[in-house]
Order: sequence, then structure tokens, then C-alpha cells
Amino acid sequence: MSSATAIPSEIADVQWNGERLNYLNNGHGLKSWLLTKDHKRIAILYLISVSAFFILGGIFALLIRINLLVPQGEFPADTYDRLFTAHGVIMVFLFLVPAVPAILGNFLIPIMIGAKDLAFPKINLLSWYIYMLAGVILLYAIFAGGIDTGWTFYTPYSTSYSNSNVLLAGLGIFVAGFSSILTGINFIVTIHTMRAPGMTWFRLPLFVWAHYATALVIMLATPVLAITVSLMAIERVTHVGIFDPAMGGDPVLFQHMFWFYSHPAVYIMVLPAMGIVSELIANLSHKNIFGYKFIAMSSLAIGIFGFLVWGHHLFVSTQSVYLGLAFSFLSYVVAIPSAIKVFNWTATLFKGSISYDTPMLYGLGFIGLFLIGGMTGLFLAALGLDVQVHDTYFVIAHFHYVMVGGSLMGFLGGLHLWWGKMTGREYPEYWARAAMIIQFVGFNLTFFPQFILGYLGMPRRYASYPPEFQVLHVLSTAGASILGIGLGITIFYLLWSLKRGKRAAANPWGAPGLEWRTTSPPPTENFYETPVVTWEAYEFAPIETMEVLGYPGDPGRPTQPVHAEHGTED
Amino acid sequence: MSEHIVSKKTYYTVFLALLAGTALTVVMAFVNLHNWNIVVALLIAGAKASLVIAFFMHVKYSSKLTKMWVAVGFIWLFLLLAITMTDFLTRAWLVYKP
Amino acid sequence: MAILVTARTMALIESETAPERVEMHAEHHPQLAHHFESMEQQREAGTLGMWWFLLTEIMFFGGMFLAYTVYRHMYFSAFAEGSNVLSIWWGTFNTAVLIGSSLTMALAVFHAQTGNAKKTTLFLLLTIFLGLVFLRVKYIEYSDKFAEHVFPAGAFEWPTHEAPAGPHNVGDLLLMLTGFEATHEPSVTQQGLPVKVTTNHAEAGPYYGVAGPIPEEIENPSNAGHVRMFFWLYFAMTGFHALHMIIGIGILLVLAVQAWKKKFSREYHSYVELTGLYWHFVDIVWIFLFALLYLVDRHP
Repeated sequence: MSSATAIPSEIADVQWNGERLNYLNNGHGLKSWLLTKDHKRIAILYLISVSAFFILGGIFALLIRINLLVPQGEFPADTYDRLFTAHGVIMVFLFLVPAVPAILGNFLIPIMIGAKDLAFPKINLLSWYIYMLAGVILLYAIFAGGIDTGWTFYTPYSTSYSNSNVLLAGLGIFVAGFSSILTGINFIVTIHTMRAPGMTWFRLPLFVWAHYATALVIMLATPVLAITVSLMAIERVTHVGIFDPAMGGDPVLFQHMFWFYSHPAVYIMVLPAMGIVSELIANLSHKNIFGYKFIAMSSLAIGIFGFLVWGHHLFVSTQSVYLGLAFSFLSYVVAIPSAIKVFNWTATLFKGSISYDTPMLYGLGFIGLFLIGGMTGLFLAALGLDVQVHDTYFVIAHFHYVMVGGSLMGFLGGLHLWWGKMTGREYPEYWARAAMIIQFVGFNLTFFPQFILGYLGMPRRYASYPPEFQVLHVLSTAGASILGIGLGITIFYLLWSLKRGKRAAANPWGAPGLEWRTTSPPPTENFYETPVVTWEAYEFAPIETMEVLGYPGDPGRPTQPVHAEHGTED
Repeated sequence: MSEHIVSKKTYYTVFLALLAGTALTVVMAFVNLHNWNIVVALLIAGAKASLVIAFFMHVKYSSKLTKMWVAVGFIWLFLLLAITMTDFLTRAWLVYKP
Repeated sequence: MAILVTARTMALIESETAPERVEMHAEHHPQLAHHFESMEQQREAGTLGMWWFLLTEIMFFGGMFLAYTVYRHMYFSAFAEGSNVLSIWWGTFNTAVLIGSSLTMALAVFHAQTGNAKKTTLFLLLTIFLGLVFLRVKYIEYSDKFAEHVFPAGAFEWPTHEAPAGPHNVGDLLLMLTGFEATHEPSVTQQGLPVKVTTNHAEAGPYYGVAGPIPEEIENPSNAGHVRMFFWLYFAMTGFHALHMIIGIGILLVLAVQAWKKKFSREYHSYVELTGLYWHFVDIVWIFLFALLYLVDRHP
């Protein structure tokens, strides 16, 4: 500990514990967190709450798998309906949609573009409170009687027949939609107006591009969901025939409106994860990303084309077959930009100097699993084949390969990549690699048998099944247990690392992005000076030139090591 | 500050044009144009909305970016309506003959 | 080579002084938030944010416009029947009122931009007043429909009485708006007794399915069920629109107080401008609602 003169004057009144002032120790106590307007702290609030909902959704998933261990089912069919609906609702609206944008996007976008905060910090905090309100409403709906419609709320079952908490669930989803709209507005405005000097559009990290596209989709799709659930609620209360064929309404109209949101919502879930994968593939291959502009533009293309394919969820409804043809074709088209990304990532790996750290393992896992998820999506987009596998476990397996294999793998990869940046501590590399491999094995064992189940005709959302399917169901349940253990290990060591982990260096990966040019964890204002960007995105330079911008130095350690393989001992 | 201040005279002119448009749309509704009544009504409504957007909402004087976003909003609304209506308009083409 | 250069960095490293923020903006406007560099950037961000919010509003109302388009396509004759009992007089009057409120709102923005606090307040209050007139008329129209059981929920009676004619002269109009005169007098009834339609799945109507539109003769002969489809759309669309008006009036009230207290200036008046955008948007929605709900099939 050096003399007191080295302590920056602005933090002299903060209790000095040998650490430099950063966003985590700048203010203590619950109030400093609950009333914060700092995007980084709001991201941490989101991290805690989203993780809690994820664990809850995971518990429901395990209960579903337990039920399916025996052909007649462990639980009554009624309970089973409530279980899978709870799993779907929590995972979709409280985990997948907010996970990457609200946690990593919130934390990183301002830093990556060199801004001090998002454009509307108060709205950002408000969106977290709205999210929590939605969470409370949905939890109440789930635990005080449950919802048995499935997360899709198809009419007229949800409006005329279901005796469960459909109204409350609708309200919860409406409120959750507000939260993501506010986050979306913040991202778009921030990326447009708050970029640092020199940060041109084509110098933006691909993570930011992905979030820009995501925000566009959020803004244009979510309001339609809001009006859809509003109309569903009005119909349920008043029975005026909005979607009731008995009174002149058309339930397929509900499906159109629902999927106008919910198909693009799939891209809300996976686009940010794609942004993460672009970052970690480039950063851990230590190589400029291949086809930067193609990846950036493919994000936008996915966002736009994602709006034109919703009808492939309606192939077996009364939707016009002629429109079905068009939707089938467009669904094939939307695979192109996704494939562009996969090719570019692979090309980036080629001749890169790859370090097989945990984020890279997740990145590779993402590419492989997303590939399977995407390719089986083409099966489902085929008009004829979809009639056979519609609403079977084939669909379940497909979207879990995209959502878990894609979004969750991407999210965990990003969390590991930026864990040191967010918390100032490193996760234990050995355990992280082990957990990733366990998760990968468990995931495939869970969902690969479901492709076969679906192909053989096992329909989704059934509590019981013919005995000949039992082998595959048992395999799937075994896989789910392994996946659960893998995720449990991750949660455990990440919590452990908060206290015991090594101190993270400013730039442990030798990466060129702006977020690596501030300290770990960053100060409240993100940078010690407004950065001026003079380099292209992913321009890997010699490590010694990558300095922390304007950093005045630690009291005990005049210069912080900018790059170190595994940080320093505490 | 680079904001453009629209003159009061412009506002009043637009106001009168909007009132005239309202009168016109009511009058036209009472004329039998067969299938074209709805087209005329929507055209007049669209013209009125454009006036409001361009002058009252200052889009005429705004950046290209704002203009683009306004267009995006209406294009997306059009996508929603057009694609869904394609379904309802072409369903009847397929007639089952039991 | 990737380096960042600012003169200030060098100074900081050399002197090892406190890492205070580089002051980019010499004169700091009191209403400039800490994370913006300039008032211009702050204003731009606000405007862009508001436009994006309005885009979400377009899509929100878009869902109802979609339902309207679909059901109007299916049940045109019923929609025409329903539309014709809406009071075209009140509809036109309200359109004019709302256009007028848009004008006063635009003028309020004008005076805020030129820094005239008194006139800003005045025009904000005028906008609020016109908004309230609009809501009052909507209330009169709604109560007419309730009184006649032309409300889709519960017992729905159809055919109904002719549309109320509206006021006969200006004095009459004032009396009706202030509530001193009975707003509704049942006039001539259409031929035939009202048919009560209640929610009953047993009397399930024809299903519009793969085979295309249902031939007219097997449709509900009174058309009542499908007129009800028109009326739930009417109430949902105008209801959500009125809700937006109420929210807007609430915001305008706050703004009027702030304008009175001279919170806005030539440099700082974003909130007036942004609320203006919102108010004009609500006006635009009404312009379309008027054309689509009141003018379906008016000609003889």
C-alpha cells in the first residue's frame, strides 16, 4: 500500500480497502443497487433475477422429464399440463428473451461503443422493475393454480375452456413485453446517438450489430404480442367472439397474430447469442473475423426475414395452402443469413491461433448444436414433411437445439468471456471446461432421442405414451439429469469465484475491443477518458500496445497488468 | 441547436387542409363508388395522416433517419396486414369436393 | 497500430492526477444529463426514442387493424349495418376537435421553441380542453350504445334504433356537451323486433374454414352475431384510443404546470416536443379509425 497521495481525490471519501474505485464498490448497500442508474449494475440485477428464473424453469423441465420416465406418467395429466406450461412461459418470457440483451447487452453495449451509459438510464432501471413485476405476476399465476394452455395460449381453448390462470399469465406477458420494449428503445437510441468519436458503424463490434438487429425485432414484434394477449383477455372475460368460431371469429387469426411476434421472438433469443459467438470466436482465435460486413448484415437480414416466415407454424391449420407455399419458401430463405454466419465463424477459426478456453468451447458447442437445430428447422419448413412431424417431439428437439444449444450455449460462453470484466474475478478454468463438456453431453443425450421420438410420432404435450417409446424417454431423462448437474456445477463455481476467484486482468484474452481497454471491473463511468477510436473492429495488435485508457494506476500497483494469461494471485 | 422551427402560418394552413380533408371524406362516403369507397376513404385518411406527420410532427424537416423509421413503421404494418390477408383471400381457392 | 490519443491522456499519465472526467462541454447546461456530451445529442436521443416508441404503437394498433381488416372482409354487410348506427355527426365533430387539438399542440411546441412560457402554457391547456371535449363526446356515444344494448358483451340487441341524430344547433351542442340535456332520444325503430344474441356455443354459427366464405343464406339471418363482431372492434379500437388520450392528457397536465413554472426554455423543451409527437400520433390513429369505423357503407 503506497502513500495516500496516490489515491484519486474523487474517491478519497470512499472507504479505502486497497481496491481502486469501480462500479461495484462505488456505493454500498441495497439502496445503492435498487436505485442505481448505472447500466452495469442494472445488468447485475438482471443477471441475478434472470438466473433465478432460469433455475426455476430448469426445475420445471426436470419435473417434466420425471413425469415421462414411465409410460403412464408420474403425475396426473392436469398437473403435467401445468408443468410444461410453467416451463415454457418462464423459459421464453423470463429467461430467453431478456437473458443476453438485458444482462450482457446492457453491460457491454455502452462500453463497446465508448459511451458512459445507455441513452435513458432511468428507463433502463424501470425496465428491470417492470421485468420483476412481470416475474411476480407470472409466478403467482403459476403457483396459485397454474396455467394449462401451453405457452402459446391457443384460442379458443385459452378463452373458452381452460379453467387455469390464463388472464394473469396474459397480464404477465403483456408487462414483460413492456420491459423488453424499453430495453430495445434504449439499445437502438444508444447505438445511434452515443457512439464514441471514431466509432463508425463498421467499426462496431458484431455483438453490437447483433443487438441492434435484436432491438429492431423487439420493437416491431412485441407490441403485436401485447395486443394479441389483450384481445385474448378481452375475449376470455366478455366472450364477444373475437377468436371464437362459434360466433364468427377465427382462431387462426389469433395464431397469425401470436406467431407474428413469436417467430421473430426466436430471433430475439438467438441473434444476441450469435453476436456473442462472433466475439468469442474472433477473440479466442486471435484473428480478425472473417467477413465482418457479411456477419453484420446477416444479423439485419435475419431480423427482417424473421418477420416473413411466421406462417410455418400454421401449416396444419386452415391457413391457405398457397400462402403456406410462400411461407415454406421464405423459411428456407431465412436459413441463408444464418448459414452465412456459420461459414464465417468457421472461416475465422481456419488458421487462427485458437485457445481452447471455456468460452471457445461454448462457441464451438454453439456452432455444432445450432447447425443441427437449424438444419432440422429446414425439415419443419418443408410444407409436406411438417404435416408429419408437426407438434411432435421432433419440433421440441429442434427448437431446444436452437434455444438451449444456441442461446444458452452462447449466453454461457459470453458470461465466461466477460465474467472477469463484470465481476473482477476469474472463473476456475478447469471446472468450467469440465462443466461445459458435461453440459454438452447431457444436452445431446436429452434432445437427440427426441428427434427419433418425434419422427416415430410421439406428440408433444402428452403426459402418457405407448410403452415402446419408454427407452428413448428414459435416455432423454437421463440426459436432462446430466445437463442439470453440468449447469449446477457452473452456477456453483461462478458463485465461488466471486469470493475466491483470481483477480481478473484488464485484458486476459488479448482482445482488441473497447471493453478490454478499461479495467476489470470498469469504473462507474466506464472509461477514465472518452475513448477515440482509431482502429478497425477486430484489429489485433501487439499486446503491449493495448493499454487501459487513461488509467491512473492502483495505489499499491502503479500499473495494472494489462495482459496476463491467468491474472494475478489475490 | 439545429432544430427547425415551423412557422405558425404553416400550422394554420395544415389545420385548414385537415378540416377540408375531413369534410371531403364525409361527403365522399355518401357517394356510391361501389368498391372504391374504401379506397377513397383510406387515400384521404392517408393524405391527412401524411400532413400531420410531415408538418405537425416535423418529419419534413427531420433527418433522413427519422424519415426512414417512419417508413419502416408503416411498411411493417403493411407486412402484417398484407401477408395475413393473403391467407384469408386465398383460402377459398381450395375447395374440397367430398 | 492501435492506439488512442488524446492530449488529456498524456497529461493524466504524466501528472498522475485524479482521473476526473474530461470535461468535453465547457458550459454545462443544468438540464444536461451526465452521460450525454451535448444538449444536441440529448435532444436527438429523446426524439429518436420517442419515434421508436411510436413505431411500437403503430404495431400495437396494427393488431386491431388486422382483426378489423379480416372480419370486415368476412362480414362486410354486417359491418355496414353496424357502422350505419354510429353517429356520423358526432364522429365528424370529434375528428374536427382532435385536429384542432393537434393544431394547439403544434402551437404549444412552437411557443416552447421560441421560449414563450405563457403562450406555451395557454396552448397546452387548450389542447387538454379539446382532448376533454373529445372524451366527453366519446362518453355520449358510448352511453347511447349502452342504453340501446348495442354493446357486444352480455345481451346484445339487434337490429337497434336509428342512430341518434346529434345536436340540432350550437346551443343544443353546448347543452349536450355539458350534460344539461338528455343526450339520447330514441327515434324511429327499424322494422322488426330486436333479436337478443347471447353467448351460447350451442347455436354455433357457420365456421369460416377451408371452403371459403359461407353463402349468405346460411348465415345468421339477422346478421346480429356478425354485427357484434363489428361492435367489439369498435369498442376495442376506440377504447384503446381513448385510453391513449387519457394518458396524453395526464402528461399534458404535468407539462402545463412545468411550462407555467418556466421550466422550459429555448434550449430545453424536449418534453413538450416529444409529447407533441405522441399527441399527433393519437390524432393520426383517430383519422384512420374515423374512416374505417364510421364510413363503412354510408351511401344510399
